[in-house]
Amino acid sequence: MKGSSRILNGFFFIGIVFSLFSTLNSCEDKHPYFQGKILYENFCANCHMEDGSGLVEVIPPLAGSDYLIKYPEKLPCMIRYGISGKMEVNGKTYNTEMPGAPQLTEFEITNVINYVNTAWGNNYPIAKHLEIRAALEKCE
Amino acid sequence: MMKCLFSFLAVILIFACAAPGPPKKKKLPIIGNKEVVNGDTIYHTIPDFSFIDQDSNLITNGTFKDKAYVVDFFFISCPTICPKTTKQMLRIYDQFKEEDGLKLVAHTVDPKRDSVAALKLYAHNLNVDSDRWHFVTGDKSDIYDIAEEYFSVAKEDPDAPGGFDHSGRFILVDKNRMVRSFCNGTDPGDVDRFMEDIQILLDEG
Repeated sequence: MKGSSRILNGFFFIGIVFSLFSTLNSCEDKHPYFQGKILYENFCANCHMEDGSGLVEVIPPLAGSDYLIKYPEKLPCMIRYGISGKMEVNGKTYNTEMPGAPQLTEFEITNVINYVNTAWGNNYPIAKHLEIRAALEKCE
Repeated sequence: MMKCLFSFLAVILIFACAAPGPPKKKKLPIIGNKEVVNGDTIYHTIPDFSFIDQDSNLITNGTFKDKAYVVDFFFISCPTICPKTTKQMLRIYDQFKEEDGLKLVAHTVDPKRDSVAALKLYAHNLNVDSDRWHFVTGDKSDIYDIAEEYFSVAKEDPDAPGGFDHSGRFILVDKNRMVRSFCNGTDPGDVDRFMEDIQILLDEG
């Protein structure tokens, strides 16, 4: 009896090790800002679309967006508190209100921004967590 | 012997009939409850409606005389599925740009905020032709009632994101006011299939 439960425990342990390895393996293929990607899909993709293309002149694109390079310091506050009024992206004017996501922590905001900065062919500078924190402290 | 030959021929005949000829064209079903009255089948048809579009034009069943049209329900400040469904409607608009027999109608479920001017700006920002894609508003209960006729959902719900509950469904209506196909407007694959259905309907003439 004791022997069989030991064998079962052994199988159980092997199972855990295997599933851990397979999780690690599947993570390898994923985007470096994987948390940012999940957050993006949950909080941003409804409007900005999964491919970052936006919606014509209603919602600005994030893929290839010049706004990301021009105003990186504005992004954290926009994500946390939302933004309204006119804005120019890639030479086009947009004027649709964006709701904020106040529940995101500064780490999560950093990861979302870095996902956007590196997704869909974007090759923009990586934001550092301390820069995001400093920007968030200055939100109006 | 004669009997044998006969059954041999019969078998050949059956096979010849079953052999695949040119592929049969798919025919779209007529969707909804049907009744049989005095031997005639009565199908579900879209009742009379009257709305106002982004150019302040009156939009009625007459607007779609001899035309098929695609219907959806949305609202401008919608924080959830609307931008995605609008993007898919835009695919349909682009695909059938040269097609005179098809129009698009987007109904706002938030007529209080989505005024004619707001709809005009929205359509303008989408760069679409107001003669081919009508963004309509009207009496709230009329909009919610017509949604049911299209087998869609549109209602006010304080618990829903943005304050309104509505399905992202697209509905295809033929020139006889009958619903012929629908799809989930948030699923690009389903919209692909829907666009094939639109083509089948247009080929019906």
